[in-house]
Amino acid sequence: MARRCALLMAGMLTAASALPAAGATVTLACSGLGISFDLCRDGAQEWARRSGNEVRFVSPPKGASEQLALYQQLLAAGSPDIDVFQIDVVWPGILGNYFIDLKDRAGPDVVRQHLPAMIEAATVKGRLVAMPWFADAGVLYARKDLLGAHGRPVPQTWEELQDTAAMIQRAERAAGRDRMWGYVWQGRAYEGLTVNALEWIASRNGGTIVAPDGAITIDNPRAAEALAMARGWVGSISPPGVLNYMEEEARGVFQSGNAVFMRNWPYAWTLVNAADSAVGGRVAVVPLPKGGPDGRHTSTLGGQLLAVSKFSAHADEAADLALHLTGLAEQKRRAIHGASNPTIPALYEDAEVVAANPFFAELAESIANAVNRPAQATGMRYNQVSAEFYANVHEVLTGRQDAKAMLPDLKEALVRISRGGRW
Amino acid sequence: MLIVLAGVAGWPLFRTVFFSFTDATLATLDGFQGVGLDNYLWLMRDPVWWRAVWNTLVFTVVSVGIETALGLGIALILNAHLPGRGLLRAAVLIPWAIPTVVSAQMWGWMFHDLYGVVNAILMGLGLIAEPRAWTADPDLALPVVIAVDVWKSTPFMALLILAALQMLPRDLYEAARVDGVHPVTVFFRITLPLIRPALMVAVLFRTLDALRVFDLMYVLTGNSRSTMSMSVYARQYLIDFQDVGYGSAAATVLVLVLAVATVLAVTFGRVRVDAGR
Repeated sequence: MARRCALLMAGMLTAASALPAAGATVTLACSGLGISFDLCRDGAQEWARRSGNEVRFVSPPKGASEQLALYQQLLAAGSPDIDVFQIDVVWPGILGNYFIDLKDRAGPDVVRQHLPAMIEAATVKGRLVAMPWFADAGVLYARKDLLGAHGRPVPQTWEELQDTAAMIQRAERAAGRDRMWGYVWQGRAYEGLTVNALEWIASRNGGTIVAPDGAITIDNPRAAEALAMARGWVGSISPPGVLNYMEEEARGVFQSGNAVFMRNWPYAWTLVNAADSAVGGRVAVVPLPKGGPDGRHTSTLGGQLLAVSKFSAHADEAADLALHLTGLAEQKRRAIHGASNPTIPALYEDAEVVAANPFFAELAESIANAVNRPAQATGMRYNQVSAEFYANVHEVLTGRQDAKAMLPDLKEALVRISRGGRW
Repeated sequence: MLIVLAGVAGWPLFRTVFFSFTDATLATLDGFQGVGLDNYLWLMRDPVWWRAVWNTLVFTVVSVGIETALGLGIALILNAHLPGRGLLRAAVLIPWAIPTVVSAQMWGWMFHDLYGVVNAILMGLGLIAEPRAWTADPDLALPVVIAVDVWKSTPFMALLILAALQMLPRDLYEAARVDGVHPVTVFFRITLPLIRPALMVAVLFRTLDALRVFDLMYVLTGNSRSTMSMSVYARQYLIDFQDVGYGSAAATVLVLVLAVATVLAVTFGRVRVDAGR
């Protein structure tokens, strides 16, 4: 902070001499390819120019689990090679001990700007181990044209979605489009299924698998209802192959005009409206449905954070870079140039941001109502919990297991993983 | 030579076995405690592990069986004096030349439930009434993985067997022809016994490969338990759950299984792993 003031002063002095270079080299690991890497690079270079430091970029491996394993080993070895890490929203519980506390460096005003759920995800045992960088939340993509043609409103509850999807699917197939399906989502046995299933359950107020205090709440009738409902979709309004779909497979079906609804992340918006899309301009983005009339619109919070290694040789500069990249101005630039979803709710009402991304208005609600996966409570064991959860949910969806009968087993498995709920 | 071997094979293996008796995680690679046989005991009590073992054994027996039969057939055809034999031989090798990860991804698209060419062909032929979700249906996923492996590895089998066929002395066949022995009898009485050593080596190689299978399952069906192999299981614990101790125990058991399979093959199949005849 002090240096930033000094820089401002120096700038105002209109001195002919160049700024005194502080001259630290900060290494930043930002994942992502193409546009997302460019966004990261431009923002970091901007900071380097302003602060007189240098930024080095390292490219981590592509897969998330390989990334996490690499970071774990680097940090466990106390390596100072990387100063600033881009981490997934479910990793603070796993890596948090290796990161410095950014709470005081950011200051309460900056922390208050961000989504509370994001800050909660980045807080481990009272320490703010990372700063929210961009958010992600599940949204429902709907074919406006089909809803209009069949005189159906946007579905407000899962039950409505089921009816509408079934009806339009029937009518479209009768009209000769025999590849039409009602609803596509992510059903492969992987993290994405955890995300989807959590949305079904949380929208019925069925909890988040493990409560923030560590209590295992998954074995409840609402969760069973939610899973039984989803089981009913497979083969009726969703293609049987949905059980091996990830994000891109679902998008492939929707974008070629073969689905009425799709659950996906916001990234798909630009693509389904691209020139080569069969459905461009005929798609609406709306919040995911509620689970029944007393349910709520919710979605699973995803996104990325920036964390500073406690082994960094220049923690001050590194923290400054992290705060610059996650700050309001930079998040605004990223939103305008790369449709990156801010973690600062105010930006969803910013005229320039909304002009560049009209659908952000729809997104704001989903992101504001998003719930966290139980990564906080389960800490080091989150991946295991998630794997146990998605494997069992997958068994229910394939019809191998009954939802009601599976949940007690899942609860038992989680008790074992948590060594009796102690995590 | 021994030093090099110890360095590249012995040391990692030793480390894995060592870690399997500890509670090491990726975060505590130098601050762990010995836990004796705990990891192994938990492993033996995990139904998911036994399912992975079962999947691996089914995959191995079925895929190696089919590959051996098909490879033998193809080798016999290639061994006949056909025109364009060299070209044919090169063409057969293509599936083997493509990296498994690439071919698995390719087959994944071909088996896609809505756009897959496999469904299109079978529907066109009237063999199935509606598209199948090949990789999503738990009853079909393992057969699909086996089919992809057969496509990929049969050429390898065929080539090894072909090499053995081309070494066979011509005069034996001349004599059989003069004596008017039926071709089928010739095959079972002359050809098969003579190529048996080469065949056994090929089967052993494929078996060891199949027992360690990882990439096919991982690309086609991810971490799904309906197809999970022992390697996929071990990787999930090592990488996804960062549980180095437990994952090492799973990996060690896998090595033991491989060792046992090799010993069995060498003893009972009288496979000569050393030079020639």
